[in-house]
Amino acid sequence: MAAVSSVSRMSGLCFHAVRQRAALNSLRLLQRRSFRLTAMHQQQPFDSSLEKPQFPGASAEFVDHLEFIQPNVISGIPVYRVMDRQGKIINPSEDPQLSKETVLNFYQKMTLLNTMDRILYESQRQGRISFYMTNYGEEGTHIGSAAALESNDIVFGQYREAGVLMYRGFPLDLFMAQCYANADDLGKGRQMPVHYGSKDLNFVTISSPLATQIPQAVGAAYALKRENMNRAVICYFGEGAASEGDAHAGFNFSATLECPMIFFCRNNGYAISTPTNEQYRGDGIAARGPGYGMLSIRVDGNDVFAVYNATKEARRRAVAENQPFLIEAMTYRIGHHSTSDDSSAYRSVDEVNYWDKQDHPISRLRHYMTARSWWSEDDERSWRKQSRKTVMEAFERAERRLKPNPELLFTDVYQEMIPSLSKQRESLFRHIQQYKEHYPLDLYEK
Amino acid sequence: MAAAAARLLIRGSHQTLPISSVGTGKQSCIGNALLTLSSGCNSRLKTQRRHAAHFTFQPDPVPTQYGSTQKMNLFQSITSALDNTLASDPTAVIFGEDVAFGGVFRCTVGLRDKYGKDRVFNTPLCEQGIVGFGIGAAVAGATAIAEIQFADYIFPAFDQIVNEAAKYRYRSGNLFDCGNLTIRAPWGCVGHGSLYHSQSPEAFFAHCPGIKIVIPRGPTQAKGLLLSCIADNNPCIFFEPKILYRAAVEQVPVDAYTIPLSQAEVLQEGSDVTLVAWGTQIHVLREVANMAQEKLGVSCEVVDLRTILPWDTETVCKSVVKTGRLLISHEAPVTGGFAAEISSTVQEECFLNLEAPIARVCGYDTPFPHIFEPFYIPDKWKCFEAIKRMINY
Repeated sequence: MAAVSSVSRMSGLCFHAVRQRAALNSLRLLQRRSFRLTAMHQQQPFDSSLEKPQFPGASAEFVDHLEFIQPNVISGIPVYRVMDRQGKIINPSEDPQLSKETVLNFYQKMTLLNTMDRILYESQRQGRISFYMTNYGEEGTHIGSAAALESNDIVFGQYREAGVLMYRGFPLDLFMAQCYANADDLGKGRQMPVHYGSKDLNFVTISSPLATQIPQAVGAAYALKRENMNRAVICYFGEGAASEGDAHAGFNFSATLECPMIFFCRNNGYAISTPTNEQYRGDGIAARGPGYGMLSIRVDGNDVFAVYNATKEARRRAVAENQPFLIEAMTYRIGHHSTSDDSSAYRSVDEVNYWDKQDHPISRLRHYMTARSWWSEDDERSWRKQSRKTVMEAFERAERRLKPNPELLFTDVYQEMIPSLSKQRESLFRHIQQYKEHYPLDLYEK
Repeated sequence: MAAAAARLLIRGSHQTLPISSVGTGKQSCIGNALLTLSSGCNSRLKTQRRHAAHFTFQPDPVPTQYGSTQKMNLFQSITSALDNTLASDPTAVIFGEDVAFGGVFRCTVGLRDKYGKDRVFNTPLCEQGIVGFGIGAAVAGATAIAEIQFADYIFPAFDQIVNEAAKYRYRSGNLFDCGNLTIRAPWGCVGHGSLYHSQSPEAFFAHCPGIKIVIPRGPTQAKGLLLSCIADNNPCIFFEPKILYRAAVEQVPVDAYTIPLSQAEVLQEGSDVTLVAWGTQIHVLREVANMAQEKLGVSCEVVDLRTILPWDTETVCKSVVKTGRLLISHEAPVTGGFAAEISSTVQEECFLNLEAPIARVCGYDTPFPHIFEPFYIPDKWKCFEAIKRMINY
């Protein structure tokens, strides 16, 4: 901050003021002494090539020619992948060798999320919920990373990580309850749809301000490190959010304070309408990691095994070595940013179709399963039917449910109910008694 | 504990000496630079000669109910509170810019040696990071005590405080909270702090449901209120009047004790006018009350608000019902200052009792100036004049 310079100048002033007389003499003495030292230096033969930089701020050699460091953007950090677009393992030594059950679970969670997305997206279009954000194209990043964590690792997310909750077993009813803001919502209907949270599943409640969770995740990781319970923190964010000051804060704090955590960046090419070339000019987000002294990797976000491997290893080392890791998962945001956005206003349908049809995390995993005869057309048909049915059932239950009691508008502002708030609550209740017909009271619990 | 107590005692005996003999070199630079000019330096340098301090600190009576006491100034009483906390709560951590060596105002001296560097540590220079980090530690169950070096530099963390800390419990339906977070920050004018070492930003935060804002008037209050903030299950901002760090000395209990939040304190009973302030300004108003008594024969009731949010309407209104007149004074600018909130509430609650318009004697609506500070602050003469007018209304 600017504070530093102004303050040190002030302290200089004061220093001068306090020791005005005494200091003046000693200052002269110092000057004389330093002069003598310099003079001595000059008398000795001096080989400047033997000099080593002594600056406290960096450990480096001198160079005797002027050269600016060139950012390497054209040939960037490579994208780690395990299977190709046909679901074929490229390098057998990188195959995580997951069991059939595990892989089926991955697939079912990814497709269940996809089914839920379709139904809730449509329900917003019909005005049945107020807002929604799909996860199309990023299902692999959620499931792959969530599977590589321990269930008691704490998750801090942005808003497009519902698959992590899905993987941890968050019930469809609770997803729906949150979107409908009904009386079953753990968040008591206070936040917009898709702002999920679960204490039991160690998934910290989502909030809208971007990147604020990043330094928070670091603080939580620090607390876990002190508890020494072999736990880590994962923090998800998009490449757009990485431009926020809080991202800088979080990366830097995690490195200097040696926190067991994984930064997981979903680089899907867009922040609403803003393409990445208007977001940054370096080699994506992964290239920033080393600048903070952080181990970093870039993975194919449409390859659930690549995501799984990278997260697994980062988690293992983060906990063992108390240091942060950065994973940048390259992917593509197939859906609109949200239901309040029409992405055809700023990108072509062909571009979207490529990722939807040619390089999708779900179809890639399906190829992998089909090649091993773990999944057939029949399995696909019946699973689609079944998953659609369970989602629809949860959807209908959620829609029928009443909203929470309006009293919950006033609780949890503070842990205790403060006097001014209880007065305001009473005043609202007196008011709605008098003007009942103007409020949708029948939709709310009593 | 004993070691810390000894350290405190040693420093206590030094506090009347000039700064140069207390601090060692770099250690005392920033904070002391601000603190000395107001008193220590003024007799030495003609060009820097300043107006006499704008207040006279009045120590509280020696508290008897919390066990043995010790002479402490305000920064020492803060250290003592932090010491008590670290000793009793193994999850508690203290962090911020330059806290490890003892802090630029010496509030954390000795704590790192006593409790370890994983519990008292420097962070990178980044306020939004400090508060975000503190929220996260609190969410994970630790007691997080964050320091912002000057209240003037809390604004980079405004988003984390207002959008995050304050709303954490509410938005999650009480699944998560950061109630274990306390943010401490030096606050208020200091004689020559100019724009960015003098601010009183409490009103910015008073508009934010979900946090508590607390400001003490002296060492005993500081320790008890800070321990309450740390123990409270809501995120708290604790503003420390930096001009009192060394100037205010009184007997402070050595053991932990708490002073309740959201409770104003009537420091002096009176019947004609109610005077409300907080922090250093309380000492100004105490003097004003004496002046009003001597010069005008007016009996003033002096109320220390102590907690800005959620504030104690009851005590203030009760006093105004009795006196019929209210003067509120704060260093911060008048427009949108917290006096406006108090004034409006009292007008709503005590309309039939008010015998004169409520007076606000505050800073002007300008940035906090350097060389014009003596003219800027709402000093005792400005407050006195306001009382005179109110009585003659």
